[in-house]
Amino acid sequence: MSEAVRDDTATPPGRRPAPAPHRGSAAPIRARTRPYAWAAAAVLALALPFYLDRFWLQAGLFAMAAAIGAIGLTLLTGATGQLSMGHAFFLAIGAYGYCVFAADGSDGLVGLGLPGWLAAVLAVLAAGAAGGLFSPIAGRLHGAYLGIATLALIFIGQHALFNARELTGGFNGRDVPPPTLFGLTFDDSGLVVASVPFGAVEKLWYLGLALLLGCALFARGVLRGRPGRAMNAIRDHRVAAGVMGVPVARHRAAVFVLSSMYAGLAGVLLALVFRRTVPDHFGIALSLEYLAMIVIGGLGSVAGAVLGAFFVSLLPQLLTRYSDALPLVSAPGTGGIAPGEASRYLYGAAVVAVVLFLPGGLVRVAARRRARSRQAPHAAPRPAEER
Amino acid sequence: MSTLAELLLNGVALGSVYALIALGFVVVFRATEVVNFAHASLLLAGGYVTAVLHDDIGFWPALLAGVAGAAAVGAAVEFLVMRRYRGSDHSVLAIVTIGVDILLTTELTRRIGTDVLALGDPWGDAVLTLGPLSLAHTRVAAFTAAALLITAFLLAFRYTSWGVAMRAAAESAETAALMGVRLGRVSLGAWAVAGGLAAVAALFLTVFPTPGLERATSLAALKAFPAAILGGLDSTTGALVGGLLVGVTESLATGYQGDLTFLGRGLGDLAPYLVMTAVLLVRPAGLFGTKELARV
Repeated sequence: MSEAVRDDTATPPGRRPAPAPHRGSAAPIRARTRPYAWAAAAVLALALPFYLDRFWLQAGLFAMAAAIGAIGLTLLTGATGQLSMGHAFFLAIGAYGYCVFAADGSDGLVGLGLPGWLAAVLAVLAAGAAGGLFSPIAGRLHGAYLGIATLALIFIGQHALFNARELTGGFNGRDVPPPTLFGLTFDDSGLVVASVPFGAVEKLWYLGLALLLGCALFARGVLRGRPGRAMNAIRDHRVAAGVMGVPVARHRAAVFVLSSMYAGLAGVLLALVFRRTVPDHFGIALSLEYLAMIVIGGLGSVAGAVLGAFFVSLLPQLLTRYSDALPLVSAPGTGGIAPGEASRYLYGAAVVAVVLFLPGGLVRVAARRRARSRQAPHAAPRPAEER
Repeated sequence: MSTLAELLLNGVALGSVYALIALGFVVVFRATEVVNFAHASLLLAGGYVTAVLHDDIGFWPALLAGVAGAAAVGAAVEFLVMRRYRGSDHSVLAIVTIGVDILLTTELTRRIGTDVLALGDPWGDAVLTLGPLSLAHTRVAAFTAAALLITAFLLAFRYTSWGVAMRAAAESAETAALMGVRLGRVSLGAWAVAGGLAAVAALFLTVFPTPGLERATSLAALKAFPAAILGGLDSTTGALVGGLLVGVTESLATGYQGDLTFLGRGLGDLAPYLVMTAVLLVRPAGLFGTKELARV
């Protein structure tokens, strides 16, 4: 009997090396090809301003700004399970905060005339401070209560944007001054690189890339480390997390602040690309758009947030550009479905379809395909990089 | 003094309309534990059906059609979307209702466009004068209709077998199912009732003194969310109290905004949210909501 048991336990170590080469051979190939894939993507991203026209660069920049905001929201809603409908409010603080800090006051509105980079940092901090002010509520409420309480932020924000005219310019909004970084001004002045005129969008493209990369890496670090585990524990079981020694209220408030800082940075970038901020943009529809992004991409995953942000923000641009060639879609004002509406139909349906049929979002689909191509013995092991 | 009394009366009438909307919201939450963010679009759907039909078939049939239409939309959402979800996480379902809301609101606002649609109500802009007070007929009608509907609903909730089934399902879905309550029907019924109540509320949100059904009507309907939350999401009493509170605050803030100019214009639209935030700071589960108990 004991002999047999020992036999049983003895055999696996002998057998275990057998599947190992199979799995081992597949994984290193991926590990070996991955740096090349990243390098190719990086070269492509760096080279794009030399080939794309202004329209696509601007669309790409919007998508980058949206991706930064969506990463912030996925930290809060996806990883910590705190539903927030007030993301647009923090975007507005970032955008308008930048204007207030950076403008020189020549247009009759309040402007402190600070250098661009300092104004951007201060705007992000202001968004974080606003999130911190909300923490007595953000730290205690959860679920639907928090979702609807954050709805209040949108309306308070809209009220302030329309009424604090000296700061925001009221209904008409205000112009965004171009930033200066290392002596380089991000406007349309005549800089020519390799016979391609480098205007504002081309320069901002690289700034946006750097910011997005930094934000994504930071969020990934947060999620993989100790805070990320605490956040997931709070999402999965609040009380259990508390019993395990996670300071629940403090973590919730901290994630709320972090997420609003991400939103603030997204707002700054958005303002720089738009070059004008108007209050109407920062309404409830924008908040819903961000929720759609993180759901479509996959809740709680940084890659998913970026993917979802590109999907949701490039869709209207694509539909606008090709509205002539598409059935059902027509230019605004001609009676058919306008591109903006068509894209809202599409991402509304995508949200519903993803939750019902693809739990985990687009990133999970990619991960599952990868798992299947590896022909792993158990159906779909969850890759570690997802969470 | 008479201004104050008038504002209070107006606020109560408006608040009863919000209470109708909040009640539908609470009913869905109790029956299915889903927070229905698509509620405002159900309201818009009901109002739209009434607005389109009233010219051809008269006001009352059109109102009935609107109620039936919104109830049908609500039931369809439950049947086609909510029921297909296989997971158990209710906060994810709340996000699905956001997706549904995006779809419905886009479709309805596209149809409405920039128009302001009249609903063809019989009250017009007539005003009832009671001594020093004057009150629009529409407000009186709103209060009467809301009071009747809410009473009928609460009686049905308490005494009919449908109400018992719904309360049982809210108490413990699993036990109710074992006792023979058909949960699918319960939640289908809840969604349909929510739609119907919202359609009636749509009528009273768009009659005099508001110009009519327009895109922004769904924003007005959103004020029922703070009403439901500050009363407590799982309490029907809370929905009524919350609705009245929101209505009265809004009416007072709008009435006295001349004295409050330092806070900016359009304060009335903001007031419900400020009240909600203040209440939630003190009572995180709302005024009448049950405090959540958790077992580890």
